[in-house]
Amino acid sequence: MTPDSWRPGATLDTLRRRAVLLQAIRDFFAARDVLEVETPVLGHAGSTELHLDALSLDARTPAGRERLWLQTSPEYHMKRLLAVGSGPIFQLARVFRDGESGRRHNLEFTMLEWYRPGWTLAALIEEVAALVGEVTGRSQVPLRKRPYRELFVEHLGVDPLIDSAESLAALRQLAARHGGAQSADWSRDDCCDLLMSLVIEPELGQGGPEAVIDYPASQASLARRQVDAQGAEVAARFELYLDGVELANGFDELTDAAEQRARFDEDNARRRQLGLDPVAPDEALLAALAHGMPPACGVALGADRLIMLALGLDSLEESLAFDTLRC
Amino acid sequence: MASYSTSEFKGGLKVMLDGDPCNIVENDYVKPGKGQAFNRVKLRNLMTGRVWERTFKSGESLEGADVLDLDMEYLYNDGEMWHFMKTDGSFEQYAVDKKAVGDNAKWLKEQVVYTVTLWNDNAISVAPPNFIDLEVVETDPGLKGDTAQGGSKPATLSTGAVVRVPLFINQGEVLRVDTRKGEYVSRA
Repeated sequence: MTPDSWRPGATLDTLRRRAVLLQAIRDFFAARDVLEVETPVLGHAGSTELHLDALSLDARTPAGRERLWLQTSPEYHMKRLLAVGSGPIFQLARVFRDGESGRRHNLEFTMLEWYRPGWTLAALIEEVAALVGEVTGRSQVPLRKRPYRELFVEHLGVDPLIDSAESLAALRQLAARHGGAQSADWSRDDCCDLLMSLVIEPELGQGGPEAVIDYPASQASLARRQVDAQGAEVAARFELYLDGVELANGFDELTDAAEQRARFDEDNARRRQLGLDPVAPDEALLAALAHGMPPACGVALGADRLIMLALGLDSLEESLAFDTLRC
Repeated sequence: MASYSTSEFKGGLKVMLDGDPCNIVENDYVKPGKGQAFNRVKLRNLMTGRVWERTFKSGESLEGADVLDLDMEYLYNDGEMWHFMKTDGSFEQYAVDKKAVGDNAKWLKEQVVYTVTLWNDNAISVAPPNFIDLEVVETDPGLKGDTAQGGSKPATLSTGAVVRVPLFINQGEVLRVDTRKGEYVSRA
């Protein structure tokens, strides 16, 4: 505690403008007939994702004492709404990710997540860019869309989708050169993540929104996998950047319950390899998918980052009333 | 020594890297939404003074370095080593070699207190106070009445340091000097 640490990190002017921007987001979806929903912050299932640490707590519930998880995203609950025919839905949700804090990260943050049943990924990318344009006043017509592999070839001279010993060696060397990393035994994905974060990201979205498409299949998460023009397996997934900041991540959603269960198992196998605790799969989500979720594209957008960029602020803490250090 | 994980890396923490003690200067957290989290860390190598930029996977750890900053009074130079004494009343003395003293040899004056950095009980660097009062032992004769005009001249101080001083300064005067910039501040 310093004498001033009770004070908010954002100015009152920022908080007033933040409220206006949140209203603009709600207006954007109201005008497009997308239903605002609220789902629980707590859930019985955590996330199996390798690079997400969910927080959990012990609660007394109607079922007795139980371990409940704080959501890392509202995805599972929202998909259960899609499975009963909700149609297009959006949510401004509080989400929690243990250990994440920095200039662009806060342990607790506001995520704008929405789903478009029956839409193509290309249509959703355009809608994300339209929303970003409306909130920040920054748009780019036509929207730039760059395949992941093309960015690596352009900035680093290596194709990360070629699964060869040579390309892995090249990626490790580049990670050491650009990041000062002891990367001799790193996986392909770890090297790609480092190079994307340190070398490519800062160049993306300069001048207006820019999308990255066709992620490596190994980074598919909950996206469908497909084959790109060069015949490599890629994820039907995109990210949107503005001013070098990652704003949104979207999928052509996986709707096949068996494939979803296999992905959960895959995640848990990798978690075990890395000495992490496996996380029980969300049986309610799997049951909803088995019941039948309509084909849909969905996206999660960091609302605090969007507000930070819209207001020309330099760090997340300036866009939040109280960040985790001050809470 | 304890080891520290990336989330504990704070400015001023002393850790071992590639066999050398380092001081953490900056720690920045970066993470792609769906990928591995990293810490971009700037560290000053306390042996060489060089700043390193390293990226660690979040959760990795480094061993702490047994580094202490102690106040010590400068005693004398024996032709090879500089000798300092702890100010805690123990009268314990440390001999510091040329490598550790480095460029700061020119600010060493008897009875002044310096910060001596010890690693595993060996002195690895010496930092002078930000301001120090030193006598001018050699400079061109002062110009009378020239207190307002600009212009400067070199002056050699009692410790061997050479600084630019105003033209009115005379040999034998004691000056206050900023050791960080090597600049004249005022008459002491």
